[in-house]
Amino acid sequence: MGATATAEPSNHPAPPGGRTPPRVLGAMIALGAALIVLPWAIGAFGDAWVRALCFVTLYVMLALGLNIVVGFAGLLDLGYIAFYAVGAYTYALLASPHLTEHFPALAHAFPAGLHVSIWVTLPIGASLAAAFGILLGTPVLKLRGDYLAIVTLGFGEIIRIFLNNLNAPLNFTNGPSGITLIDPVRIGSFNLAHPGTVLGMHPSSLVLYYYLLVAVALLAILVCVRLQDSRLGRAWMALREDEVAARAMGVNVRNVKLLAFSLGATFGGVAGGLFAAFQGFVSPESFSLNESIIVLSMIVLGGLGHVPGVVLGAVMLALLPEALRHTAVPLQDALFGRVLIDAEVLRMLLYGLATVGIMLYRPRGLWPAPEHGMRRAFGRVAAANGEAAKAVSGHG
Amino acid sequence: MHKSLALWTALAATMILTGCKPGGADQGPVILIGSAAPLTGEIAHLGKDNENGVRMAVDDINAAGGVKLGDKTYHLKMVGEDDKADPREGTLAAQKLVDEGVLAVVGHLNSSTSIPASRIYADANVVQISPSSTNPKYTEQGFRTTYRVLANDNQQGAVLANFAASEMKVKRVAIVDDRTQYGQGLADVFERDVKEKGVNVIDREFTTNKATDFNAILTKIRSMKPDLVMFGGMDSVAAPMAKQMKELGMKSQLLAGDGSCDPGFITIAGDASGVLTCSMAGRAIEKMAKGEDFAKRYKAKFGTVVQLYSPYSYDAVYVIVEALKRAGRPDRQALVDAMPKTNFEGVTGHIEFDEKGDLKNGEISVYDIKDSKLNLVASFH
Amino acid sequence: MDTLVQQVINGLVLGSLYALIALGYTMVYGVLNLINFAHGDVLMIGALSALSAIGVLQGAWPGLPGWTLLLLGMTAAIPVCIALSLVIERVAYRPLRNAPRLAPLITAIGVSILIETMAMLIWGRNYLTFPRLLPDAPIHLGNATISVTKVVVIVLAALIMGALLWLVQSTRLGRAMRATAENPRVASLMGVNPDSVIATTFAIGAGLAAVAGVMMEATYQVAHFYMGFIPGLKAFTAAVLGGIGNIAGAMVGGIVLGLIEALGAGYIGQLTNGIFGSNYQDVFAFIVLCTVLILRPSGLLGERVADRA
Repeated sequence: MGATATAEPSNHPAPPGGRTPPRVLGAMIALGAALIVLPWAIGAFGDAWVRALCFVTLYVMLALGLNIVVGFAGLLDLGYIAFYAVGAYTYALLASPHLTEHFPALAHAFPAGLHVSIWVTLPIGASLAAAFGILLGTPVLKLRGDYLAIVTLGFGEIIRIFLNNLNAPLNFTNGPSGITLIDPVRIGSFNLAHPGTVLGMHPSSLVLYYYLLVAVALLAILVCVRLQDSRLGRAWMALREDEVAARAMGVNVRNVKLLAFSLGATFGGVAGGLFAAFQGFVSPESFSLNESIIVLSMIVLGGLGHVPGVVLGAVMLALLPEALRHTAVPLQDALFGRVLIDAEVLRMLLYGLATVGIMLYRPRGLWPAPEHGMRRAFGRVAAANGEAAKAVSGHG
Repeated sequence: MHKSLALWTALAATMILTGCKPGGADQGPVILIGSAAPLTGEIAHLGKDNENGVRMAVDDINAAGGVKLGDKTYHLKMVGEDDKADPREGTLAAQKLVDEGVLAVVGHLNSSTSIPASRIYADANVVQISPSSTNPKYTEQGFRTTYRVLANDNQQGAVLANFAASEMKVKRVAIVDDRTQYGQGLADVFERDVKEKGVNVIDREFTTNKATDFNAILTKIRSMKPDLVMFGGMDSVAAPMAKQMKELGMKSQLLAGDGSCDPGFITIAGDASGVLTCSMAGRAIEKMAKGEDFAKRYKAKFGTVVQLYSPYSYDAVYVIVEALKRAGRPDRQALVDAMPKTNFEGVTGHIEFDEKGDLKNGEISVYDIKDSKLNLVASFH
Repeated sequence: MDTLVQQVINGLVLGSLYALIALGYTMVYGVLNLINFAHGDVLMIGALSALSAIGVLQGAWPGLPGWTLLLLGMTAAIPVCIALSLVIERVAYRPLRNAPRLAPLITAIGVSILIETMAMLIWGRNYLTFPRLLPDAPIHLGNATISVTKVVVIVLAALIMGALLWLVQSTRLGRAMRATAENPRVASLMGVNPDSVIATTFAIGAGLAAVAGVMMEATYQVAHFYMGFIPGLKAFTAAVLGGIGNIAGAMVGGIVLGLIEALGAGYIGQLTNGIFGSNYQDVFAFIVLCTVLILRPSGLLGERVADRA
């Protein structure tokens, strides 16, 4: 019998990142319960809120994907929405009447129409998006900073222009008219758009979509957290901090960059497929430069490189316009008795002010990555020098 | 951090609470009519115009005593939402309107917003009348709730092709479109129909709805010497294009659809506007007795001239009210059932629907520009 | 052949406008390492202010000749743009000098939304017409045509660029600007006030944007609260193409981009046998841009500032 004063095996196995599991576990359970109850609670105020929540989850996925490229690997990407478009159109083409309408050969091969299940198209869309990610990443390996920004911006625009114009001579994408009558998500014979009766209840289609999207979003968060703590994640961090030093330390910069682009793209691809199924209609207008910029704003406002921050940024920036839509008029009525500024104008003003205000108030984002010991000390020393402060605080 | 957290929570709570406050003072029984249009963004001027049309109709009807259904007299109230001409925002606006209990919606402006929104309205049995969406697919989805009060691309393109071939007797035509659903849709139909009539389409060029410089494509077209340039797109593009055609010394006429057929074109194109021939779905504003009156009253009420589709959104409200009277009660299902029997003389002309919800035998008028004004040249059914 | 001449003229006019706007981008980037996304909106405010000013002047003194009105319009627009630009710099960028690189980018986007919304409120949503101030009869050069306004655009842009190059190379201020771009701290040790140099740089950039805005609306004769977005984007592309931070690069980049767009729109159809047409002109421009950057990662004329790894 070992009467040695060995310490009890710790109840807290070595946690990643230095957090204590019971607190985190408790928080996660509370969050999970809140997420489950949320659509019912908020749905009482109107279905529009549940719909808004569904879009929020899509934006969360997009933000997580862009965060891999910009936050983890430090590669400024202004054309990220292209991958969203790839995923959306993949599902749209495989699950709508469009291709069979315009290509008689396909109509013969598929007399009942193309109705590929989303569970098959999501991996296809994700892989296609990843392929485009590599396509984008390969020529830009040597570019830094703002040069990279403009090329990625161009890439995003090129994809959108192709989608807008590939309707002649062969009608692949139906151009600006978009693709209609896209199948909703089906689980077996259960149709999420028209659920009918389940266990004696009448669940709303929106609530079901919400649960599906939240599940996928949570999965995405898990993947991101795992990636961050993996060898690849650390290679990205090294790349982000100092590319030259990373290369000197043996990081295969080329592969790591390509992996960042392609893995980030897969998130966009998956989100795109779900978006197409949810909305039932896709057109190139949904994939403009403005959308890329919105997603970038979300991750910077939330906390670049920090997964919880990124999620917060996405939730906030996606919910804010909707909250303003619902409150702009009643708030003014309550305060002034009449509407002084049109709701739509007030929305834009407050959105702009919020963006500027949050950045001035918290330049590193609302919930940035906590600075670890060495970095903080180095930061203080560097502040005295002035020069290095820019280099260190430049990475979030 | 805790202080700001408290602040954020308080702000959120205030917003949520005020958001659910029941609306204004009690004015007796109210019927809600929704209006969805882009009120911000590049085509905000057109979206606001649509909303103004609805607002004017609502005010006119209320001033005339409201809507009498059974033994109750109802007051109309407009609920306006901004959809930013974006499909996603369109669905959010649609859902909000449905949640608020509107009986019918006049909207949206562009087809790529009307189409995804139509699913939401169809599921909720809310009648949707678009005053400006021209994509034929909008009414081909099999919903009983989708309607439009203007001719779609197929109808208008056919009239333009016919006019170009038979009246203008052109032999060589170049086609330009702005790569939007409306512009490209119209141009495609025109190309197909005009080729059938034996006209030679010598060139097909493209621009975008945000562009202002067309010198490059016009130079190319100029070198091919067409009789006519047909443009599918809006006045904000057609007008600079007309000017640049003049500056480049081009001799061709310009043919366009209803998107460019408005006083805004004449204002922006100035002395280059004489080159335009264009079509408008519906009767000429100037022709209808109510029409000129409409333009005057609109200007007095909103301080700006009619942009484009406000007469259509105005008529849409009246169509809804007429159907409500037939239905006899303010109920969504009853309204859906009463819509097919619509037979109404509006500012834009005679309104009757076919089984899909498209305008039946809509009148299309063709104009040219004389003395800086739209001048009616022909009418087609 | 005539078409080619005409397309080149088209490209030069377009390119001159891009160059004027790109200069503003590149100068600010040179001293601050910041992409000023709100620059296009400063241009828009300049254009709309000039339009209002000209409207007032025409009302008060109907007999004024077109040239005078144009000059007075520009004179009115320039201080408005400078003031706006300085306010933006002070409120949105200066506090974030030591912040992470992307923070001022996002602030710029927020500022852009604010300016556009304010413009929509002040000038309304409708497209506004700019009056015909200069004679508009087409001037024939062989089979090509050009107008007085277009000549003014090209000449004015060339003059301004020449003046700017002289300023940067041969004056004290120019030396101070170059020094601040290299290294602000060392420059301050040498007696240069970086804050005032930065403010001056913003001011010059804003003045250029005002001129570009007025020339744009004079050429196309429309103005609208959203008119700055696309030109801003194109000018940014042009600045990067030429080598961001490099003033000569912005000029070259602007002209080159204008030519690419005009020639692309005109000749893509012929080059690709009709498979691709002018609907791909932006794609063409971006592909050229990517090719240039792949071969010369720092742009056509290279980057001025030292490469901070």
